[in-house]
Amino acid sequence: MASISQTSVELRSEGPRDGLLRLVFSGQLDAATTGTVWRRAEAAVTKSKPKNVVIDMAGIDYCDGAGIALLVHLRNLQNKAGGSLQIEGLRPEFESLLQDWAQASLAEGTTERAQRRELAVEIGEATVEVWRDIQALVSFVGELFLALVYAAARPRSVRWRDALAVAEVAGVNALPIVALIAFLMGLIMAFQAASPLRQFGAELFIANLIGLSVLRELGPLMTAIVVAGRSGSAFAAELGTMKVREEIDALKTMGLDPVRFLIVPRVVAAVCMTPLLTIFADLVGLMGGSVVMLSLGFPLITYFHQVQYAVTYGSLVGGLVKAFVFGILIAGIGCLRGLQARTGATAVGESTTSAVVSGIILIAITDGIFSVIYYYLGV
Amino acid sequence: MAAEPQHEPIIQVQDFKAAYDGQVILDHVNFEVYRGEVFAILGGSGSGKSTLLKHMIGLYQPAAGKILINGRDIAAVSGEERLKLLQTFGVMYQSGALFGSMTLLENVALPLEEFTQLPPEAIRLIATMKLERVGLSGVADRMPSELSGGMQKRGAIARAMALDPRLLFLDELSAGLDPITSAELDQLVLSLSKSLRITFVIVTHELPSIFAIADRVIMLDKQEKGIIAIGDPHELRDRSADARVKQFFTRQGNAET
Repeated sequence: MASISQTSVELRSEGPRDGLLRLVFSGQLDAATTGTVWRRAEAAVTKSKPKNVVIDMAGIDYCDGAGIALLVHLRNLQNKAGGSLQIEGLRPEFESLLQDWAQASLAEGTTERAQRRELAVEIGEATVEVWRDIQALVSFVGELFLALVYAAARPRSVRWRDALAVAEVAGVNALPIVALIAFLMGLIMAFQAASPLRQFGAELFIANLIGLSVLRELGPLMTAIVVAGRSGSAFAAELGTMKVREEIDALKTMGLDPVRFLIVPRVVAAVCMTPLLTIFADLVGLMGGSVVMLSLGFPLITYFHQVQYAVTYGSLVGGLVKAFVFGILIAGIGCLRGLQARTGATAVGESTTSAVVSGIILIAITDGIFSVIYYYLGV
Repeated sequence: MAAEPQHEPIIQVQDFKAAYDGQVILDHVNFEVYRGEVFAILGGSGSGKSTLLKHMIGLYQPAAGKILINGRDIAAVSGEERLKLLQTFGVMYQSGALFGSMTLLENVALPLEEFTQLPPEAIRLIATMKLERVGLSGVADRMPSELSGGMQKRGAIARAMALDPRLLFLDELSAGLDPITSAELDQLVLSLSKSLRITFVIVTHELPSIFAIADRVIMLDKQEKGIIAIGDPHELRDRSADARVKQFFTRQGNAET
């Protein structure tokens, strides 16, 4: 690699002769050049194991901290090997550098590097970490549950203004994106289904497919994922920033419970908004399907009747119940990750990522559980 | 400048020990803060000043020992009692920690809304008065992000005073502020201390601030993991035999800088 600086250094080693190794440096021993001779000088000293090393610095016309570090390093190597080392011809101004820094660098080698941990230890630590996370999650769920019960018993204690503000941001403002995704989802699914069903002359049953899958599964699921991405992350970032800015501490020392004060309004808002958004997504998804049906030549009324025939109130309510639970999960995990944020600039980013990732994982798992429950309930 | 000779303790720290992850930060710390005085906690970076403060306000549990505020162990009380104890003091955090989603006035009004039965107009009046007292009457409806660092700290003091506590903790009163703003805050503390007879516990390492306002100080040391000096800052500066204390007060590092 071409160096910007014009400096260069030469190293010549003489010996070892009669146990004496002479290292002759010339040129400029600075941060740019020292690296070119470091390994060689080190190898010369360690390989031949000379009793005495003399470093001739007479040819050095510039030397900075890096050069001094090399000298200190070589001296430490010699000390360790039980040999001696003299530095000759070092100019007085560099001599004082050596005096200045030699003291500090005596510690070289005494600070042990963090030992590489064994695999078992790492697995153990990771397990403990996961266990702690689960513990935190469980205790948080308990705390949240208590706070929600308290809020239900004393509705006046809930900060409704905050809840409304959150509902607007997390719910109303999410309408366009939820609508877009639901519409396209309905449209695309209908298109995809059209050609296989045409082979059987069963295009009419696209309505059944769209109706059932959107109401029972895709409406709530896609809505929840959008809300997790938009609002779960926002909750984590807001609370994480509050944590970093000591606002959470301020709440605590004021005697205000952060769970009641910050999390309950968010959970209440998300729990109200997710089912509402889901109803909306269901409708728009069905509209997306209707576009395809129209283009296939079915009148709207036919599509409408077919959907009505295919889906039951159970499908709709089942989907909304899921959306309700997803709302709790998204808001809860988003807030928890925010509260867990450590200090530092990366903390908020980490907690936001973690909120979305754990949110989506929890949604997927819960969706699976719901499928099993609904299967046995015959919904 | 000397504290009035009434040594009734408002805070008692008894054989206190603080540790994070098994690493001891402070050990065998004993001192008392007397009612009505301005008490400063000094020390270099990493000496445990903020740690001590955060234990005193009940954010952390001590590893050993006790911290009594008004005779009650802050780490041991819970529920309603804890709430009552928390309301006897106010805290100004290093960054101000005003709630970013509320205006300044709402920030100050919040404790009043939460803990009193006062009607809204009374709360508004009281909050406005507190803001006036700290010199922030014109900016009550601004968001914290629209305020300068010094204003945020004043706002935080006003919020800490919302419920008229007799005890205020100030974390890093003048950190990150210019000398003039910092001196204005010192004046504010002095005048509050005189007029309202509030006890102040201040974490700081700003010398001018210490000499201007502190009646008594303790100095913490990283190596000692505890207190190396306690007393009147002027006396400590002039008479202390401890090299570390002298060094701190004369502002001299190890290397001549």
